[in-house]
Amino acid sequence: MQQIIRALLVSLWFMFLTFPILVIKVDTINDIIVWRWMNALYIGAGVLLLQALWHAWKHVHALRKEDRDRDAVAWAVLVCLPVLWLAWIATRNTDKPLHVADKVFMILVAPLWLVDFLRSPQDRQPDWHDWPCMILFPPSLLVRAYLGLFRARGEAVSIPGVEHPNLLQTMLENQKAMRPLYLLLLVLAVCYPQMVEFYQTNIMVNFMIWIVLGLGLNIVIGLAGLLDLGFVAFYAVGAYAYALLNHHFGLSFWYVLPIGMVFGAVCGLLLGYPVLRLRGDYLAIVTLGFGEIIRLVLENWSSFTHGPSGISNIDRPPFVTDLSIMQATEYMYYIMLGLLLMTIFVVTRLKNSRIGRAWLALKEDEIACQAMGIDKTKTKLTAFALGATWAGLVGVVFAAKTTFINPMSFTLMESIIILSIVVVGGMGSIPGVITGALVLILVPEWLRGVEEYRMLAFGAFMVMVMVFRPQGLVSARRKVYQYDKAKAVNAHE
Amino acid sequence: MNNPALDVRGLCMDFGGLRALNQVELEVRQGEIVALIGPNGAGKTTFFNCITGIYTPTQGEIFALPDGKNRVKINGRKPNHVTELGMARTFQNIRLFPSMTVLENVMIGRHCRNRSSILGSVLRDRHTRAQEAEVVARSYEMLELVGLERWANELATNLPYGAQRRLEIARAMATEPFLLLLDEPAAGMNPQETLRLEELIDHIRDTYHIAVLLIEHDMKMVMSVSDRIYVMDYGQRIAEGTPEEVSKNPDVIKAYLGEDAHD
Repeated sequence: MQQIIRALLVSLWFMFLTFPILVIKVDTINDIIVWRWMNALYIGAGVLLLQALWHAWKHVHALRKEDRDRDAVAWAVLVCLPVLWLAWIATRNTDKPLHVADKVFMILVAPLWLVDFLRSPQDRQPDWHDWPCMILFPPSLLVRAYLGLFRARGEAVSIPGVEHPNLLQTMLENQKAMRPLYLLLLVLAVCYPQMVEFYQTNIMVNFMIWIVLGLGLNIVIGLAGLLDLGFVAFYAVGAYAYALLNHHFGLSFWYVLPIGMVFGAVCGLLLGYPVLRLRGDYLAIVTLGFGEIIRLVLENWSSFTHGPSGISNIDRPPFVTDLSIMQATEYMYYIMLGLLLMTIFVVTRLKNSRIGRAWLALKEDEIACQAMGIDKTKTKLTAFALGATWAGLVGVVFAAKTTFINPMSFTLMESIIILSIVVVGGMGSIPGVITGALVLILVPEWLRGVEEYRMLAFGAFMVMVMVFRPQGLVSARRKVYQYDKAKAVNAHE
Repeated sequence: MNNPALDVRGLCMDFGGLRALNQVELEVRQGEIVALIGPNGAGKTTFFNCITGIYTPTQGEIFALPDGKNRVKINGRKPNHVTELGMARTFQNIRLFPSMTVLENVMIGRHCRNRSSILGSVLRDRHTRAQEAEVVARSYEMLELVGLERWANELATNLPYGAQRRLEIARAMATEPFLLLLDEPAAGMNPQETLRLEELIDHIRDTYHIAVLLIEHDMKMVMSVSDRIYVMDYGQRIAEGTPEEVSKNPDVIKAYLGEDAHD
């Protein structure tokens, strides 16, 4: 009971915090203020759900092994589906009123479900509220899915080119409102290794590596519109650069980090130069071939790359004192966090710069872009080189983290996952890439508890994204330039 | 008489066995508005594509004279070099960058007049910031010129048709041309919009002292806006002169109305 009160208080607090950005909307056309009370309710319910999830997670961990197996299916149903539902709420168009099915679900089913999970694990006997929940919950979701698939399409007449705002998008766009959240995230990220097990830290390092890979490919695909299916090749180049330089010459991590970036960029240019004339499908095929060539070279040139058996005993990043494996992982985590922040910073700046605009223009219309005085050759090559740089960088990190690499880590599957991160997350959008990596890398890791159903949910999710949000979870937004003429004139004088 | 801005001599363009342009001669002087007219398929757009570097002409010479004195041969140059030299164009079928904002579309036009480097973009030093501010200010000015400033942060694809046409002009103007090439700017516009476009072209010429070469089918507009008119048919130049001269030229009447028009 205490837990429920606490959860409600937290929800209320969140409703209060998000009140200014989500409930009040100033309609500048009619000069009125619109009060969107339902949004506050969504937030409240959403936070309650999140807390419920957190408890559910703890709850499952507290179960004994045999119980856990039995509960896996129930867990998958009771946890994954509300998460999907929540994701749907967050990405839906905020202009449309909530469907009655969602309201019913929110009012009737969610509280029951919540109560079910807030119970302590000791008294897990079937209880009165168990049954309505189990009986009501799946059908209500089925109804929801049915409405979403067959009815909602008629309602949502989408005008091409006109973006429908959704909750997630609105939040991401309101930069000022996001600042405390960013700060909170940063603090959380810094504290994370201290709060969780060593295994979780390791997963996080992986996650960040994929984000950086996604951000790199995002330059090539999302901004410059060049479909690159062999991106993993640059990752391999970075990893092997460190492995070989370390193996033969004993060069340390910090020296090879910039070298890896340069190697990545040079390989980007090497790939970019012959494919300058190609676009679309043709480009995809050539880059696919390039990725395979690199992998085959790594596999077969045994005297140089040690072949399929790979290179082992690669040094971890050096520190002033010797570190245990756990400390080394933590150290790696902080290095990767720093590199990730640097990447986000640089890529954001590039995106809104002269060269970033040129990339976008190239993606939109090649002929018009050239006719406006942009050098196509140079722009394409910089896109390839600057995209590959990041892959080279994290390649080095990957080699240092695993201390062993072989060609199996750099197959076509990896390229496709990076591509999926960019496409699912939202092409050209940096928060999009992070969301994409979260959904495609982190969630599957967390769902290892329900291993058998993991890939099923994963596939279903990908299909749903393609059907409902083909532009990605977070679609790219363009920078809004404020230009004050009077001020500009003053500054000039 | 003003110095020339564009001088085209004996221009030929073959597509396989088809001669799309045959010995075309054309001259545009500084600050002059010249129209290029002719029936559909006469080779007008091919001519535009040749002089803007999208096609490499088979024969002939194209000279640009940015300052009216130095002749720069531009056959076979890349489109971006031609634009950098100061010849900016618009397209017959609108080719904006649809998912970029209106202002960004114009900012693309400033690309070749700005030299901020990649490193500068990342570090955003004083020099780069100053250049970015200049780009925004100049682009905004161009939007004001065509009357689109209130849509600056809209996506280009959301603009109405006539506004998209004007945005193309603003984008071309942002490259600081000495010669503006307009390919059917009034296509699909209603009479009021055409009138406003006419005023805009006049205004651009008078304010920025640049030459304009336009392809157009709207005869009313062509007759009132242009200083001189070139007429093309079947890839050849068939007439040249002031609007009055051209409208009385029997070859032109024949090309437009057919052989038996006088009978």
